[in-house]
This record gives sequence, structure tokens and C-alpha cells, in this order.
Amino acid sequence: MLILLKLFITFTKIGIFNFGGGYAMLSLIQDEVVHKNHWLTTAEFTDIVAISQSTPGPIGINCATYTGYTAVVNEGLPAWVGVIGALIASLSIMWLPFILMIAISRYLIKNKDSRHVKSIFAMLRPAIVGLLAAAAIMLMSVENFGSPSQNTFVFIVSIIIFLFAFIGTRLFKVHPILMILLCGVAGLLIY
Amino acid sequence: MNIYTDLFITFSKIGGFTLGGGYAMVPVMEKEIVDNKKWLTKEEFMDILVVAQSTPGLFAIDMASHIGYKYKGTLGGIVSALAVAFPSIVCILLIAMFFQTFKDNVYVEKFFMGVRPAVVALILVPCFSMARSAKLNKHNCWIPLVCALLICAFGVSPIWCILGAALLGAAIGKMTK
Repeated sequence: MLILLKLFITFTKIGIFNFGGGYAMLSLIQDEVVHKNHWLTTAEFTDIVAISQSTPGPIGINCATYTGYTAVVNEGLPAWVGVIGALIASLSIMWLPFILMIAISRYLIKNKDSRHVKSIFAMLRPAIVGLLAAAAIMLMSVENFGSPSQNTFVFIVSIIIFLFAFIGTRLFKVHPILMILLCGVAGLLIY
Repeated sequence: MNIYTDLFITFSKIGGFTLGGGYAMVPVMEKEIVDNKKWLTKEEFMDILVVAQSTPGLFAIDMASHIGYKYKGTLGGIVSALAVAFPSIVCILLIAMFFQTFKDNVYVEKFFMGVRPAVVALILVPCFSMARSAKLNKHNCWIPLVCALLICAFGVSPIWCILGAALLGAAIGKMTK
């Protein structure tokens, strides 16, 4: 049962040292899970990243759940302990940031009319627009759109899907969830 | 409907349809929380976005706990954070236990080849609506431009952009006293 305690400590650490979330945390997880604790091989870790990309939800939770289960089962323990391991790892990554977030939230609600807080957020709001734009620009990559020289068909279809999704949600207010499903089905039919 | 049940269902829906995590969640959250449920105004939503981005922890969990807390206190925060993680925990557990070959499935891959470009477009859409909420004008439009340039061209971490903007805001607040 020592493994459960280790999972708790490791994923608490990953949770609190992760800033910005998503892919920024992958190297941190890899270091802890593959190099330090030897719970997974590099190949298994690569599998998790691939699975995380093709399943819903935050990538950190996906990694924690998969690692928690696999690490316990690799120790030779039964599957139901693996499920507990998965739950422990997933909750461990959440709890400390959660408490911090509640504290900040409480502070901001109390001071939301202070001139100081207002002045800070007057700068931060435009900044977050830039951050979001940057995230979108950086995702315009070969992994997401295909390469124009190597696979022209995939590239052109991707551009069309991109424009369709943009116009549909921006001008015609299609719900983002519906749009994701539509484009997924389009992928199934076209490719 | 019980308000906590409503929170749980809404955030499960958000968690269950966010592929790729992080920013991909923003458009779905904005639609559900601001447009449909009207739990927050667009300005409040943006403020939470800023805080979630600059504090440790998973972006999605930070967003959910903060929104839940703001709307319905600590219990609201807990329910929302667990709800947003719930679909992915179930999904990954099933895959880890039964379908190790899931990622190699040709239909899954085809589905995702269609979804990936759409997700990029979905992230771009809120930029425009948020630009209006952030009251962008000719005096402050340099802020998002500089931030995007620093991040994309120079690989600066978004954390530094937020920190810089916050310090600048604090300094301006001091000067205009």
C-alpha cells in the first residue's frame, strides 16, 4: 500500500508546481513518473500522451488517472486497487491548487471594488486576449493541420474545417460542443 | 433542478467535451457559463481566466473551482472541480483497464483529424468577444499584441506576460492616486 502514499505525494507535487497547465506539465510528469519513480516506461508514457490527446478532459487528470492505475497494477496488485490508485492520483493533483484558488477567489470577491484591484484587472483583461490569441496561433501546427507539402489533401481539408468551425461559431452561434462533434464526423466521412 | 446538480451536470458536460485540455475548454465554458446559464458576466469570466492562468494547478480545475466558488461558495467549488474531472477519470480508467489499443484505432484517428483544426478555430472565436469585454481601444490594443508576440515569437511563458501586466496595472493605479 506504500505505492498509494507515493502516488499521493508525487501527484500533489505535480499539481502545485504546474503553472499554466496542459502541455507545460508534461515534462514535469515525465520526470516524476518515468525517471524518478519508474512507474512507467518512456513508451508507456508516450502512449498516455497519445491517449490524453484523444480523450476528453484536462491532460493532467488523464495522465494522473492512467498512471495511478498502471503503477498499481504493475506492482502486481489487483485491478480494484488500481482503480483506487487512479482516484488517489487524480484527486492528489487537484486538492492543493483548489484550496489556493478558493483563497484567491475569496480575496478578489472581497476587494473587487478596490481601485487597486480594478487598475490591475484593467491591464490584465487586454493581456488575456493576447494570451488566447497566442494559444490559437501556436496550435496552427503540422500536428493539427497536416503539412501542405507532404499531405496536401489533409491540409486543405483542415483549412476548410477550420474556417467552417470559425464562421459557424462566430457568426451563426453554433454551440462549441456541437461544432466539435460535427467536425469529428466530417473527419470520419472525409478521411 | 437542484443548483448543485445543475453545477455538476454543466461542468461534466464541459469536461466531457474538451479535447486537448486547457484553452480548448474556454469557448465551451464561455458558452455554457456566460451565455446559457448566465452565472457570470463576461468581465467576471475573463477575470477568472486571468487568475486561473497565473496560479498553479490544472487550468480547467482552477477555472471550475473558481467559478463554482463564486457562484455557490466552497461546496459549489468542490462540486464543479470534481465534475469537470469526472468524465476524463471514467474515460481513462476504462481505457487503462480494457482498451489499451484505443489510440491506434483508425476511426478514432480520423475523428480527431477532423476535430483538431476545429479546436483551433474555437479557441480563436472568444478572442473577438473578449476584446470587446476588455474594452480594447487604440490606447490599450498594444497590450494583447505585445503579449501574443512575446509568447509566439520569443517563447516567453504566459505567466510572465500576466505578471508584467499586473505590475504595470498596479503601478498605474499608484500613479493616478
